Amino acid sequence: METMKYTFNVEKDDFVRAGEASSNIKKILRQLGIDPGLIRRLSIASYEAEINIVIHSHGGQMELELAPDFVRIVASDKGPGIENIELAMQEGYSTATEKIREMGFGAGMGLPNMKKCTDEFKVESVYGKGTTITMEISLKAGD
Amino acid sequence: MRLGEIKDILQAEILCGNEYLDYDVSYAFGSDLMSDVLAYVKGKTVLLTGLMNSQVIRTAEMAELNAIVFVRGKKPDGEIIELAQQNNMVLLTTRDTMYTASGKLFSNGLEGLDLD
Repeated sequence: METMKYTFNVEKDDFVRAGEASSNIKKILRQLGIDPGLIRRLSIASYEAEINIVIHSHGGQMELELAPDFVRIVASDKGPGIENIELAMQEGYSTATEKIREMGFGAGMGLPNMKKCTDEFKVESVYGKGTTITMEISLKAGD
Repeated sequence: MRLGEIKDILQAEILCGNEYLDYDVSYAFGSDLMSDVLAYVKGKTVLLTGLMNSQVIRTAEMAELNAIVFVRGKKPDGEIIELAQQNNMVLLTTRDTMYTASGKLFSNGLEGLDLD
């Protein structure tokens, strides 16, 4: 299998369409016959990352990369960036507004949950510029 | 527990997914916080919630939950029901509060989830 890439745009503050990119990613993974347990982990991680772009950023994109032995999801946005990544990684810490909490999010579980669901997890952020989250799951048997 | 049994216990109205009432669930999880649903739910679980937006359906889709009970008599709008239908989900609504609905299901033998 060659490496395949798909890109989906994610708009800021669009709560109606939030989740569409992850839904599409999930459908692609299903069509390719990836293990259902891995699909579930990837879908949750992808959706958490997508919701973060909608809630916290000026907009961004989700990229799905399929290689023979791994699936990679890269969520990148156009800012404003995370001021303190260490703090953002703590369970329960959130900068979300009351409005976001009323929507059912902003519990401060997103980043820790993405890390929990994936084999490789990396956050890169430049405050004032933007954030890129890279997540990978290995497809090699025995991993 | 069969979804049809849950419907009867909660005297719930079915909003969509009539054809899936024979499905079984092993656990129930009650929350208005979708972040917690994404972090904790696993296995065949029915979600009880009072939250009413399309992200409830998206959350269930990602976490592979195929049944949602809206408590406190809440009814989602047509778009939300349509999204649930596309994902082959059962949506129920009960006039019970979260506490009462949870208590009824628990006392009939449907267990809660253990956190990791």
